[in-house]
Amino acid sequence: MTVAGKARGFNSVSPTEKVIRYVLLALVLVITIGPFLWQLSTSLKSVTEDVFTRTPSFVPQDPTLANYAEVTETIPVIGYAANSLFVAVLVVAGNTIGATLAGFALAKLEFRGSKLVLGLLLATLVLPGEVTLISQYVIVRGLGFADSLVGVALPGAIQMLNVLLMRTAFQSIPKEIDSAAIIDGATAWQRLIHIGLPNVRGMLSVIVIFSFIYAWDDFLWPLLVLTDPDKYTLTVGLQYLSGTFSNNPRLIAAGTMLAFLPIVAMFAFFQRFFFRGVEAGAIKG
Amino acid sequence: MTHKRWFTPWLLVAPAVVWLVTFSAVPAVNTLILSFTNAKPLGGGQFIGLDNYTRMLSDDQLIDALTNSIVYMVVCLPLLTFLPLLLAVLVEKKLRGITFFRVAFYTPVIASAVVVAVIWGWLLNDRGLINGLAEQLGFLKEPLPFLTDRWLLLFSAISLTIWKGLGYYMVIYMSALGNVNRELHEAAAVDGAGPVRRFFSVTVPGVRNTMLLVSVLITVSALRVFSELYILSNGTGGVGGADMSLVMLIQLYGQGLTGQLGYASALSVLLFVVTVGPMLVLTRLNRKGA
Repeated sequence: MTVAGKARGFNSVSPTEKVIRYVLLALVLVITIGPFLWQLSTSLKSVTEDVFTRTPSFVPQDPTLANYAEVTETIPVIGYAANSLFVAVLVVAGNTIGATLAGFALAKLEFRGSKLVLGLLLATLVLPGEVTLISQYVIVRGLGFADSLVGVALPGAIQMLNVLLMRTAFQSIPKEIDSAAIIDGATAWQRLIHIGLPNVRGMLSVIVIFSFIYAWDDFLWPLLVLTDPDKYTLTVGLQYLSGTFSNNPRLIAAGTMLAFLPIVAMFAFFQRFFFRGVEAGAIKG
Repeated sequence: MTHKRWFTPWLLVAPAVVWLVTFSAVPAVNTLILSFTNAKPLGGGQFIGLDNYTRMLSDDQLIDALTNSIVYMVVCLPLLTFLPLLLAVLVEKKLRGITFFRVAFYTPVIASAVVVAVIWGWLLNDRGLINGLAEQLGFLKEPLPFLTDRWLLLFSAISLTIWKGLGYYMVIYMSALGNVNRELHEAAAVDGAGPVRRFFSVTVPGVRNTMLLVSVLITVSALRVFSELYILSNGTGGVGGADMSLVMLIQLYGQGLTGQLGYASALSVLLFVVTVGPMLVLTRLNRKGA
């Protein structure tokens, strides 16, 4: 990439402006990242160091991973992570497959009743998930999935917003390409695989990232569905940890980091897809 | 005919439609029906007319919860509409290392509300960093009871929501800033308009529709708040449960074998009634933008 300052007009930044911008950026950085770093620091402090000290020290005097070892002995945090991962994989698989198939049909195939389906999809958007929470629980229990990880994954496994996003993505494929394939006698399935999918990879990666984050971070629904502590997901387990061991901040800090770091690593890896989409104006509310 | 077999499209939409019916349409109707009953997880479920709704009128906790929602909205709306726009302007220019800052500012968004609430609970603890620093610098003699005082707890949760939302709305604004006319900016600069002037006379009008979208999103999410208050109060809703939110009450009455599904459903209907207005504006805006 060339130096931004070389670009003409609007993109050129004077040295003073540059300094001001970096100072402001650094200030916001402290506010947004500071709390995470403080938690990381607490998680690395040894028992001999006073975490409650009136003169807080950000760098642990004697960094140790002992708190991480201890938290895995106190609560089955690895098991919770495995549970969260299991739920997230089901949700990602369900959303990518379900939203792709339906989004393609609604965008590219003409059929009776498509207007009705689309209308219903849009209607669900005015319904916040919390409104149907209790009735969803009644249904999940009726299906025999109460207190199970499948029950946690089930309602969010195909989200209507994702179907609509995939429909928009498929709609942006030019009609000419598609009609050429139809004349050549391609079936709906062949059109989806050979023309559709290669053109919606951007939107698909956004859906993968966000359904993963949604499943990994969700708290209210698993809290309602799960009662057996062995089946807790990370968020529910972390809430249990922080409520029960509130006198041991190091332990809680280590637990938070174990829940937080995987999602950060994943996002750091996939962020270029995300911000590329943002700059292309693809991501809306 | 664009496809040979009439049922092919239906096969493709079938999974989504099954989910739509099972987990949205049926629960929506069922919530309304349950709200007129005294349903319990085990048995019960007689029609009791409007009893659940009349019970709401004398439910002090509900009145507290609605008060909390209004305070939440009033504080969040101006701050979360403007601060993220300033952030978006700040990260707009492609300075060296800007990607790092963008990702860093977005980190609180991708972290679970539980994770960040636990972290903030530690920061706001009586003996935590914020009280410690404030005492050290001489601002405070006694630690402030951020997590036990009725109003301080609410404002702690609100600050957490704002902190966590900054990056989310920043990204929505970033998307919109790409469409703001550059020539207009340059012309204003040539005419001698400073950065502040250009922000108010070029940037703000340019993203007006997005601001409307963002403010509706903020309103709806303020009404739906749960995790922040739940974790910061350790599930209790503060002293006397005065810091409950509407969703916390739904969870409270809906959970467990002794749950009062009927009353929880009536509260859900109330949540729908207060959110449907902004939600309708939202879908209207989205369709216009599409």
